[in-house]
Amino acid sequence: MSITIARSLDLKGLSCPLPIIKTAKAMKELAPGQLLEAFATDPGSVPDFKAWSQTTGNPLIEFDQVVGVFHFVLKKKES
Amino acid sequence: MRNDVLILGGGVGGTIVANLVSKEVGDRARVTLVDTTGTHVYQPGFLYVAVGREKPAALRRPETSLIREEVKLVVDEATLIDPKAQKVILKTGRTMRYDELLIATGSRTVLDEVPGGAGAHDFYTMDGAQRLHRALEVFVAGTIVIGVAGIPYKCPPAPVEFAFLLDDYLRSRHIRERCQVKLLSPLNRAFTIETTSKLVQPILAERGIELTGFFNVESVDPIAKTVTSLEGETVDYDLLVLVPPHRGQKVIEASRLGDERGWIPVDKNTLMHTQFDHIWAIGDATNIPISKSGSVAHYEASVAAAEIAAAVKGEAPPVHVYDGKVMCFLETGRGQATTVSFDYDHPPVSPAPSVFWHWAKVLFNKSYWHTVPQGRL
Repeated sequence: MSITIARSLDLKGLSCPLPIIKTAKAMKELAPGQLLEAFATDPGSVPDFKAWSQTTGNPLIEFDQVVGVFHFVLKKKES
Repeated sequence: MRNDVLILGGGVGGTIVANLVSKEVGDRARVTLVDTTGTHVYQPGFLYVAVGREKPAALRRPETSLIREEVKLVVDEATLIDPKAQKVILKTGRTMRYDELLIATGSRTVLDEVPGGAGAHDFYTMDGAQRLHRALEVFVAGTIVIGVAGIPYKCPPAPVEFAFLLDDYLRSRHIRERCQVKLLSPLNRAFTIETTSKLVQPILAERGIELTGFFNVESVDPIAKTVTSLEGETVDYDLLVLVPPHRGQKVIEASRLGDERGWIPVDKNTLMHTQFDHIWAIGDATNIPISKSGSVAHYEASVAAAEIAAAVKGEAPPVHVYDGKVMCFLETGRGQATTVSFDYDHPPVSPAPSVFWHWAKVLFNKSYWHTVPQGRL
């Protein structure tokens, strides 16, 4: 089953804390249940995305890493 | 024929470059510095003005007292840069031609980008710091909230430092127990750098400063006195201090030399514009992923000056490039401070706060006028 991504963010080259802040802004525009994916290269973004997901209750449903690029998929929480 | 070296901005970066280039190239170039006010302002002092520990007059000097006699000062505002024709148009209508251009125009704060935020306090301008001080002088009880309304902003340690200096200030007035101090952080920690956060967070807790993580200020309701985050949380306040959103200067936006926020794209090592020859940019004005601080402009200035001097003399660019060096002091209150020092390849390790680093900061601030702008340090 494929998933539908509502918004994709290219955050490569940005350093902490910009990736998570740009993601937080983009997530605000999504409707509950919609998915956002983000690509980042800053290693600090990994703990930041995980902690942001936990704190705000927007689940991180996918995380992988391919040649130095971190890929996150977040789901907007039900309001 | 003499070259024309034009420098836009008489802050720390522009002033150092003007002095170093002038000294290095002598008669081979005319060095002209364009500054909007002609007054050099030591911005790290704003924090102290806000808590009544520094007088505004101590933070200002005429630019002419800091530049070499050979450097020509033009008090005017650049309104358009034409990189193809190599000229700059000033507000008064004057046109300045250049062979080599340094853009050191810094950043500007735009508090009105925050819905409802226009009336919030800040310590990012002299006026803002003085207004905040007046508000603190009549504050006797309630909740003071410190929040961040946009990244990047100048001097990353500033909100944490302000929280500590504010705690000292309220204690000195014997009203600390009647006041709550809340620090809202964009991340789940007090400071971007994790090791420094680990150092300062226990001190915040010890001083009774409440830290709320992942609170990126989105809007303010000045009637209800609430501030709301992108993450959807709302906090009440009696006095709100915001780190305002920052942008590049209007001249950069008007000249289309920067990104969508007006930050100039430069090579992170050579500091040359990524698209245009003969243009360098340093300090807050660039888009490089490093702190916006006087310390960065200071370290970048010697690199840019050496490159501009080599260009004037027709020599190969110098081997030494900017390595991302940053060195900031961080006041932790009660007469103590630590430091945050790092570069592109080496993460920071902050020493335990001590009186030594506080006095080092005081000494640096006092000796600034005689060392830094002249390129002696």
